[in-house]
Amino acid sequence: MNILVCIKQILDPDLPARDFKIDAANKEADPKGANKVTNIFCENALETALQLREKAGGGKVTAITYGPEGAEDSLRKALAMTVDEAVLVINDKHSKPDAIAVGKVLAAAARKLGDFDLVMVGRESGDWGLGQTGGVLAEELGLPSLAFVDEVDPDGDGLKLQRQTDNGSEVATVKPPALVLITNNENNVPRIPKTRDVMMSYRKPLQKLTLEELGVADEAVGDGHTAFEVTNLYVPEKSVSCEFVQGDSLDEKVTELARRIHGIVASVN
Amino acid sequence: MSRVQIVLFSKNGWDRGAQGVAGAGRRLADGLGAELHAVVLGPADDALKNGLAAAAQKVQVVSALEEYQPEPALAAAASLCDGAAAVLFGNDTYSQEIVPRLAHRLGGAPMADAQKLEVKDGRIHVTRSAYGGKALSEYVMKATPAVIWVRSRALEPAEGDVGGAVEEATVELPEAKLRITERHEEAQEGASLEEAEIIVSGGRGLGGPEPFEQMLAPLADVMHAVQGASRAACDAGWVPPNWQVGQTGKKVAPELYLAIAISGASQHLLGMGDSKVVAAINTDADAPIFKHCSFGIVEDYKNVVPLLTEKLKEMQS
Ligand SMILES: Cc1cc2nc3c(=O)[nH]c(=O)nc-3n(C[C@H](O)[C@H](O)[C@H](O)COP(=O)(O)OP(=O)(O)OC[C@H]3O[C@@H](n4cnc5c(N)ncnc54)[C@H](O)[C@@H]3O)c2cc1C
Repeated sequence: MNILVCIKQILDPDLPARDFKIDAANKEADPKGANKVTNIFCENALETALQLREKAGGGKVTAITYGPEGAEDSLRKALAMTVDEAVLVINDKHSKPDAIAVGKVLAAAARKLGDFDLVMVGRESGDWGLGQTGGVLAEELGLPSLAFVDEVDPDGDGLKLQRQTDNGSEVATVKPPALVLITNNENNVPRIPKTRDVMMSYRKPLQKLTLEELGVADEAVGDGHTAFEVTNLYVPEKSVSCEFVQGDSLDEKVTELARRIHGIVASVN
Repeated sequence: MSRVQIVLFSKNGWDRGAQGVAGAGRRLADGLGAELHAVVLGPADDALKNGLAAAAQKVQVVSALEEYQPEPALAAAASLCDGAAAVLFGNDTYSQEIVPRLAHRLGGAPMADAQKLEVKDGRIHVTRSAYGGKALSEYVMKATPAVIWVRSRALEPAEGDVGGAVEEATVELPEAKLRITERHEEAQEGASLEEAEIIVSGGRGLGGPEPFEQMLAPLADVMHAVQGASRAACDAGWVPPNWQVGQTGKKVAPELYLAIAISGASQHLLGMGDSKVVAAINTDADAPIFKHCSFGIVEDYKNVVPLLTEKLKEMQS
């Protein structure tokens, strides 16, 4: 089982709203003061891949990212989680490339790196949250794909996929190669690397590739946003202020709470 | 004449989501000076056909797609949407799955979770949340067609009746390499979260699955509410994943959203920000949820919820 997991480094989405600032000129979040982390769904994908490697009794997991030099940190962390190989496709050209550009770059890299049975991508990223890279990549590679997958199991010479839907779940089967977009569930919470594995991660191979080496011509990805472009980014104003229920005792406060809730419930029913 | 295309799945019929997509499609078509056409991937009941025919000049039904399979559905959509200026979908699982592939297959531009669509100088502009709900972003769509899934329930239905024609469409469907073999529906009692008028939601502060069952369920019962949860509670396995409200869960818009032991992270707020009234029960007066509440109480839920349930029962009798 040869698995490719595509990951993305993003600004820490747990940054509290009060510390969130916008860089108006570049129409993106101001990175000052915020940590960079691996997108959580990409970590869920790494965890799912590592579990699949165990269930299949072996195989190889490669983590790849298209990002700036600093994205190496996310790959080191993936190596510490015990992926076998890591690849950084260096992006020194485009700030926030659109999904079409990223999909084309990752597809070129996947083709160059070898035959993958399964390509895994997070369902969406915690920054822009568009959730489109996986679909575009599947299309580029001509692979069948399934979104919102939260478990992958070996199934004879194929794979059994379990996924979440609006009001339940579905099971699908596929013969590799295929692509899945991973979402979180209680079973793919990313593992915390062991200290020894963190140290080992710096000795594992980390391959760096440029767009030129991948043969992705500049015209193919253009300025990084041929499909769509951000024209404005701002923090919306909000004007709600909370009234804390008043009363001398808990009973009085809860009575006031109940009265207010009852008012709304009665008007609806 | 150019056309805007809307695509729906038969599964949910002519629900509020379908009506929102039709409304958004109608207004976008008017803005572009285009016709509106609709495609149903799968068999359509009369309510769906009639609803769509009122909004769209042409309605094509692909009954041959009896049950959703990703590859045939994608192929049918690609064949019927080719040449459109824009293609709109709702925010259900299948729509979200199909949009990026369809956009790329048609040489167009994908877009997700649009809250507002506008036409300026003949180009489509989209407003949507970014950075887990901390910001709003505006995009201009550059490649054609723009293939967009919209936050359908928050969008107004279409007005009037254009008296569109309904026809059966035959398309060549490829063999599915990936096959969905099992479908499980979880019964959410009462309305689905997205259609609910009142929601009682619980978070990590509840500390386990029992309070959901033993305290929040009886409260939800007297409030005629549907139960929801934060991601932390779903991730812990306390409640099913489809109870999750937020950026990567359900987008809800009830009359009342009661958040119990939920801190109010931006990603959670993104899913319930359209609620008319938000109320909260939380031990921490500084929890961000209180900045988005109309009213609330700073108190342990264990002391509040059973008492609140009793009082509501009394008020109702
Ligand atoms: C990409 C991404 C997507 C995400 N999508 C979602 C999403 O869709 N939905 C979502 O909910 N989250 C989402 N999150 C997670 C989100 O950032 C928060 O981690 C999550 O919402 C926290 O859940 P919580 O409020 O239940 O837990 P916490 O933040 O831990 O809050 C628990 C609260 O309970 C209170 N409390 C504790 N004990 C008691 C008590 N006895 N009585 C009363 N109050 C008590 C505490 O004061 C605290 O405010 C996402 C995160 C990322 C990065």
